[in-house]
Order: sequence, then structure tokens, then C-alpha cells
Amino acid sequence: MDHNEQQETAHKPIKRNEMTRRQFLSYTLGGATAFMGMGAVLPMLRFAVDPLLQKKQSGDFIKVIEESKVTSDPQQVDFQVHQVDGWYESDPKMEAYIAKGSDGQVFALSPICKHLGCTISWSGAEAPDLYHCPCHGAQYSKDGKNLKVAPKPLDEYQVKIENGWVYLGPLQANTRV
Amino acid sequence: MFKGMYNWIDERLDVTPMWRDIADHEVPEHVNPAHHFSAFVYCFGGLTFFITVIQILSGMFLTMYYVPDIINAYYSVDYLQHQVAFGGIVRGMHHWGASLVIVMMFLHTLRVFFTGSYKAPREMNWVVGMLIFFVMLGLGFTGYLLPWDDKAYYATKVGMEIAGSVPWIGGYIKELLAGGTIVGAQTLTRFFAIHVFFLPGVLLTLLAAHFFMIRKQGISGPL
Repeated sequence: MDHNEQQETAHKPIKRNEMTRRQFLSYTLGGATAFMGMGAVLPMLRFAVDPLLQKKQSGDFIKVIEESKVTSDPQQVDFQVHQVDGWYESDPKMEAYIAKGSDGQVFALSPICKHLGCTISWSGAEAPDLYHCPCHGAQYSKDGKNLKVAPKPLDEYQVKIENGWVYLGPLQANTRV
Repeated sequence: MFKGMYNWIDERLDVTPMWRDIADHEVPEHVNPAHHFSAFVYCFGGLTFFITVIQILSGMFLTMYYVPDIINAYYSVDYLQHQVAFGGIVRGMHHWGASLVIVMMFLHTLRVFFTGSYKAPREMNWVVGMLIFFVMLGLGFTGYLLPWDDKAYYATKVGMEIAGSVPWIGGYIKELLAGGTIVGAQTLTRFFAIHVFFLPGVLLTLLAAHFFMIRKQGISGPL
């Protein structure tokens, strides 16, 4: 037993804390670094996802056509909506196909193909009395039921009828098929 | 004169070993087209990199005229294409190079596949190569929107629908990519940022890893 060891046994064994000085320093330094790193990264992430968290424009109803002019044959109507796209505000033209169903209800379909978003049209040479998409040949019935290619029926505008006029609102999933 | 300048710098910084280490290495006989002409298939990786460099350079110059703004983007592209001297050439390099880089990358992948070069110990390099492939596709997708013409707009709309078809999170991916619910002003700036800063940053990092690994592990042996 050398001198040092003898000396140690003379003392009570020191009860050491769980954490060494090295551990303490690396935790504090690591924590501070992580904190500062997050301080730099979090604002950027929040900045990037901001469009996801912005309040969505509530859709207004727009007057498009007199109710008496709606027939059982779908007809295309154009109307303008006010659109806020960040710093850019515009009044883009929207399209809808309006028709009276066999149940007498007026309904309006969006001409955006549910396959990949091309613009469809009613009753062309390729598909009489059907909606036809020029891109990949999707077809829909008058009620918007997907007959070919497309996975879902055409979206439907919310419809409101007031004083003999048809008003179109936001798009919703098809309720007719 | 250049030799003198080089020696002056080399005396102080000892740069010779650095570039020797990068540039001075043997090319094995089986990958040298001068020995076996069929070895030209080993050039596709280098050609991909060559075209990538052209893409980076021509892209840098295109941003001297281009603005990522929905009102002016088309006109700025039209202007640089038709009014600026050699505009058609510089934009042509970027336009055709974008397709060519995919072709070259595909041929390089085929060569690696059919020579079995992806096998141990080079599996990680194959994986990094695949990541580079996806980054390149992302660069193509984001770059396609930037001229803001009909083709660009509708191609992106279709791309958004594809992104939106991912189960569960598709809607969020779509909105995050588009920077809103429509393909519009915020989509264009977002795609520009991704195309010009984010993906090239990722690409250069992955390329560095790709090249580091091929130098460390060497070219795979002959068939």
C-alpha cells in the first residue's frame, strides 16, 4: 500500500454525484448549442410552412345565371371570383357546367378533371352527352360520375338560388353520385 | 509567368499535394476507352457531372435576367430568349441540358447496374446515386414551372395533383409545395427558391459524398 492509497483510506469515501464535471459541461454546452441552433432554424421552418397555417379565404357566393335559363343540358358559365394569392389579388375567371338534374335540382360541376387536373368539356365528338377530358380520356356522366380513367366524381359548386338567380359558392365533393 | 506565380503560392501554402491527391490517380485499363473502346460506358458518370456543371453555370447566368414573379416571369424569359445576345443559346443550354442530364444519369445507372458495381462494398454509393437521381428529378420539376407559360402552369398543376394523391399527408404536401391552395404567385417564388438554392445545395453535398466514396473505394474491377 503506497502512501497515496493509505491517505485515501484515512478519509471517508467521498460520495460522488452521478454527473461528472465533463458530463455537466458537455450537457450545458450541448444544450446551449441546441438552443441557439433551434433559435436559428425554427423561425425559418415556421416561415416556410406559413401558407399551410394562413386562414383560408371564405368562399363568397357569386351570381352567375338566371334560374329560368338552366336546362337539363349542361351549359358552360363563366364567372369571376376575387382571389387573394399572397401579395397578388386578382379576379380570375372560373368555369362551371350548370344543369338541371332529373330530380329538378339545379347543380353546377367544376370542369377540372379529377384524374390529373386538366379541363374537361361537355359532349364533344369523342363522347356525346358525356364530359370528356382531352388529356387522358377520362369521362364523366351528366351528374359528374366518373366512368373512365378518373378515380373520383367531378367536384360540385355549392348552389344557392335567390330571386330567380343562381349563385355559386365554394367547391365541395360531388353529392349527386 | 504563371509558373512563377504558382511556385510563389506553392512555397507558402504547399498546394501541390492537395491537387495531386485530387487529380493524380491511375485510370485502370478496363475503364480506359483507349484500351478497349467499349469502355466508353464508363464515361457516363463523368458526362453527367460535366452537364451538371453546365446546368449550374447557365442557370447562374439566366438569373441575371429572370424574375420569379407571375406578372413578369414570362416576359423576362421571353426577353432573355429573344432580345439578349446569345439568349437562345444560354437558355437552350439549360433547357436541353436538363433533359440530357437525365439521359446521361440513366445511362450511368445502367452501366453501374450491368457491371455489378453497386455490390459490396459500394452499396452506399448506389444509394447516394439514387438520392442524386431524385434531386435531379426535383430540379427538373421545379425548373419546369419557372417560365410561367401554359405548359409550365398545367404541368405543375398535374404534378400537384400527383403529390396530393399521397395517402393521408398528400393534401399537406401539396399545400406546402404550392405555398397555398392554388398554383400562383407564392408557388412560383417557392419553386424558384427550391430550384436555385435548396436542391442545388443538396445536390452538391450528395455529389461530394458520391465522389469521395468513389475515390476512397476505387473503381470496381473488370467483369
